[in-house]
Amino acid sequence: MIGRIVLQLLILLMFAPLPLGVINKTKALFAGRIGPPLLQPYYDLARLWRKGFVFSRTTTWVFLAGPVVGLVVPVLACLLLPFGGLPAPISFHGDLILFVYLFGLSRFFTAAAALDTGSSFEGMGAVREVTFSCLAEPIVLFCLLVLAHGADSLTLGGLLGPQLTSFWHSPHAASLGIVLVCLFVVLLVENSRIPFDDPNTHLELTMIHEVMVLDHSGPALGMILYGAAMKLVVLGALVVRLALPLQTGWLIGDLLVFLVGILLLAVVIGVVESTMARLRLPRVPQVLVGTSLLSVFALVLALR
Amino acid sequence: MSTLLLLIVILINFYVLGSARLVACIRAVALQGALLSLLPLVAHGPSGHALILGVGALLFKGIFIPWLLLRAIREVRIRREVEPYIGFVPTLFLGALVTAGAFVFADFLPLAAEHHAGLYVPAALSTMAGGFLLLMTRRKAITQVLGYLMLENGIFIFAILLSAAIPLMVEAGILLDLLVGVFVMGIVLNQISREFATLNTERLTALKE
Repeated sequence: MIGRIVLQLLILLMFAPLPLGVINKTKALFAGRIGPPLLQPYYDLARLWRKGFVFSRTTTWVFLAGPVVGLVVPVLACLLLPFGGLPAPISFHGDLILFVYLFGLSRFFTAAAALDTGSSFEGMGAVREVTFSCLAEPIVLFCLLVLAHGADSLTLGGLLGPQLTSFWHSPHAASLGIVLVCLFVVLLVENSRIPFDDPNTHLELTMIHEVMVLDHSGPALGMILYGAAMKLVVLGALVVRLALPLQTGWLIGDLLVFLVGILLLAVVIGVVESTMARLRLPRVPQVLVGTSLLSVFALVLALR
Repeated sequence: MSTLLLLIVILINFYVLGSARLVACIRAVALQGALLSLLPLVAHGPSGHALILGVGALLFKGIFIPWLLLRAIREVRIRREVEPYIGFVPTLFLGALVTAGAFVFADFLPLAAEHHAGLYVPAALSTMAGGFLLLMTRRKAITQVLGYLMLENGIFIFAILLSAAIPLMVEAGILLDLLVGVFVMGIVLNQISREFATLNTERLTALKE
């Protein structure tokens, strides 16, 4: 039990920045550049960690709470989730609600930290982030409902258990396909990837997530980046498990399937980012509402 | 296989209801027509009857009418954005509502037992309803043609269920109707644009003898 937890945490902590490197490399290949080395996110984190803190005199403890909560939440959430074929280390009835709202908690603290600086730009970013994520929340819940209906269970470990393979072969596979698409959209929104937000933008007016962390520096910024990388892996684990419900039966095989799946997902995100333009800001809520209607439709299909 | 096709058809309904680009809408409806032309073959196996139905649908709904519409956009120089009476999000909501309603309603219909299982009836009903929505909520004459096309697509799905019984003449009649409708609409489009320099059907309510 303890070994399980340690193993899963180790995988998450060691592995988290790598998908970001893969995404950047994919984008560089599409643009015909060589791009930063694959391990650049690790170097960035190490560099940020060696720097000192700079705090504005107007900020309070809330300003530091944002990065810390943002770092802790993905770690907690990962314990509720089966990584690949590994069973979830912690599992109880209804833990999927906790999973969804853990990320709500981290978002609250990130937004609060942004507001704490008193900068109007950061307030604007917080408003946008909260608006988009409150539109993304019903999508996740409806998708989890569809899975719960298929698995007849209310634990994340049960939802993503071995019955997924038979689900894909049942007549309800269509609804599972829609759920997969919806969760991928949520992954892009929650991690502020391109059709919704540009992680590399340098123009404050168009920033959403980035503008909220403008005032953080040094180790605090490092914590935010590390937390975001882990969030990508944790939410990606959900998508990967749905898309690749392979079960080899032994530990190493399951882990390999999971790791390869995450890297493939990173490549897919890179391709999406290179081939799509960013959506106009007023279009984003429309797309999100459309996606949540799609997830409702998946539920209708599954209940039929 | 037919389930997958019909699912894509329903998703295209949502896309057309939510899309702001006129050309994208026309392409989507064309794709819908082309997908539906595969349906007779998938549903009833390759026979001469199904083949003719499929090829006819592909030629008219997948290629010819969309080509006419795209040409009309070029000729009349329409602004390439859809102008809805009510916003995209409410239309999408209405679309989802009628789709869910179609699924519920299809379960209550007194159908033959073999028609209950597939997605045919709900897909037909929701596509028809989506076409109606498009007809009602969009301002331009050309989007109303699109709504009309979607409506016909819905009727086509319903007809597939009976295509063993439906004579070719009936389907040909429907397609001819559609074509005439699109032609008439094309003439109307030209007249409106010559008269008002815009294609809003709103202006028509102010017409006098």
